[in-house]
Amino acid sequence: MKTAKSQSTYFWGKGKSEQWIAGIALAIGGVLISIPFIWMILSAFKTESEVMQIPPTLWPDQLTLENFVYLFENMNFALYLKNTIIVVLCSFVGLFLNAMAGYGFAKFQFKGKEKLFYLVLATMMIPGQVTMIPVYLILNEMHLTNTMAGIVLPGLVGAFSIFLFRQFMSTIPDELLEAARLDGANEFRVFTQIVLPICKPILAVQGILTFIAGWNSFLWPLIIANDESLYTLSVALSLLKGQYGGNFALQMAGSTFMVVPIIIVFLFFQKHIIESYTISGMK
Amino acid sequence: MKGFTSNKTPYLFIAPAVILLILFSILPIFIALIISFTDIDLAGLADWSAISFVGLQNYKDIFADPVFIKSIYNTLFYVIFGVPLVIICSLGIALLINFGKSPIFKMFRVIFYMPSITNVVAIAVVWSYLYNPQFGLFNYILKLLHLPTIPWLQDPTMAKVSLIILALWRAIGVNMIIFLAALQGIPKEYYEAAQIDGANGWKQLTKITIPLLRYAIFFVSITTMIGWLQFFEEPFIMTKGGPLDSTTSVALFIYQNGFEFSKFGYAAAGSFILFIAIIIVTLVQFRLQNKEGHY
Repeated sequence: MKTAKSQSTYFWGKGKSEQWIAGIALAIGGVLISIPFIWMILSAFKTESEVMQIPPTLWPDQLTLENFVYLFENMNFALYLKNTIIVVLCSFVGLFLNAMAGYGFAKFQFKGKEKLFYLVLATMMIPGQVTMIPVYLILNEMHLTNTMAGIVLPGLVGAFSIFLFRQFMSTIPDELLEAARLDGANEFRVFTQIVLPICKPILAVQGILTFIAGWNSFLWPLIIANDESLYTLSVALSLLKGQYGGNFALQMAGSTFMVVPIIIVFLFFQKHIIESYTISGMK
Repeated sequence: MKGFTSNKTPYLFIAPAVILLILFSILPIFIALIISFTDIDLAGLADWSAISFVGLQNYKDIFADPVFIKSIYNTLFYVIFGVPLVIICSLGIALLINFGKSPIFKMFRVIFYMPSITNVVAIAVVWSYLYNPQFGLFNYILKLLHLPTIPWLQDPTMAKVSLIILALWRAIGVNMIIFLAALQGIPKEYYEAAQIDGANGWKQLTKITIPLLRYAIFFVSITTMIGWLQFFEEPFIMTKGGPLDSTTSVALFIYQNGFEFSKFGYAAAGSFILFIAIIIVTLVQFRLQNKEGHY
């Protein structure tokens, strides 16, 4: 592809023309990358017949909101949206638990600390396919299949998040915490009123990533929820594809409804997300 | 911090997370291993006495299962073509973006990163439409250019390629950012010194940039390879493993046997084989990396 050529332009001097070539190559790549998004959003506003028209239209002939209305009136999308929001909110509880664990590992000495921390890190290497079936069996024993608790519990905490919190929190000076303790604050207050506010940058990044992950959660809700009243948007959309396979306008509306909120959140916070990679030391 | 050694406070802070991780990550490994030696299925779920130990039977059966063999072949296909493609494309784009000085290049970061944060189901639905043989945009463009149309998801080999293209589109973002972070860590002086010595652009790329990116390339290749070994959502939503099981990955095979056919023990055996494969691949990569580090 174009990459081989562009790699060499990078190093054949740093002149204006090379900058232009790189810019044009990236612009072409950027358009190619964006096509699925553009096509999805524009098709969502087309009528069912227009979407199957040959030759296809780029801009909808007659802009219609019919598809979105259909999703909410006939497909229960309001309910799936509510479920998805519940999943997202619960995942923020998980984020709080991760922060607590990160604090515990960063700022305390206790018996078994090293071993427990390695245990936490080890869970990062376990593939989802191995735990999928046993976790289902465990939840079945706990009578939590087909419940919201069953959907959220297994993914509530994550080792990588705990690791990042620990890294960040170990830079907080001990004196600051001691001072708060001397003032009579209990341990939980020290955590919520001193530590968490200091952690705002990393909380922000992880908060956004948690939101995105919760919003997109698919496989686990699909496995554990048989009852339609517990479906998340992702699950509903995959079923929509099965049932309304021929109606692409409706499918594009469903996809747009899932993707656009994420894109908006991302565009607002993209600077923080992208820069967190540099901060977290992935080099 | 000495005063807190015997305190139970730290345990209260870590307990919720550690308990959840043990319950849903560590314990399941052992359960998976145990049930892979049993014939547990939907009946066994309701009545434990219906479960019996079958020793290595699941493992024997699975290696005789033509669909499993095919899923291994397909997964290898994904890994062999997918890993280099992801590395070359994301590294190429990172180099291009890093080359630019104007603020517009920051915008490109956002555009190329966008596919990786979006919902995989929505994206698979959209691509199914783009790939549609009659109404899809891709075949329409090919027709406009007077090129033969492509049976994107209908032909066994082409279907695998189509899924790789989609997954590549999603994978570029994150890996490009990792490469960018690494590129920004290379001191400018190296290039200045090389330019004084008269090294051309290609020499600078192969003698300075690539060697210094070795760790990032290693990281990306190892995570990408593990990702491809667990390739699941795209074939699950777009092709259901078809046509003729040609897109079934090992992960999809495990899912189908576990949750569509309720053969939990059999699927657990498959998952353990995948787990062992991932461990071996990771160890081999670390070996190779260490060897390379020596010269």
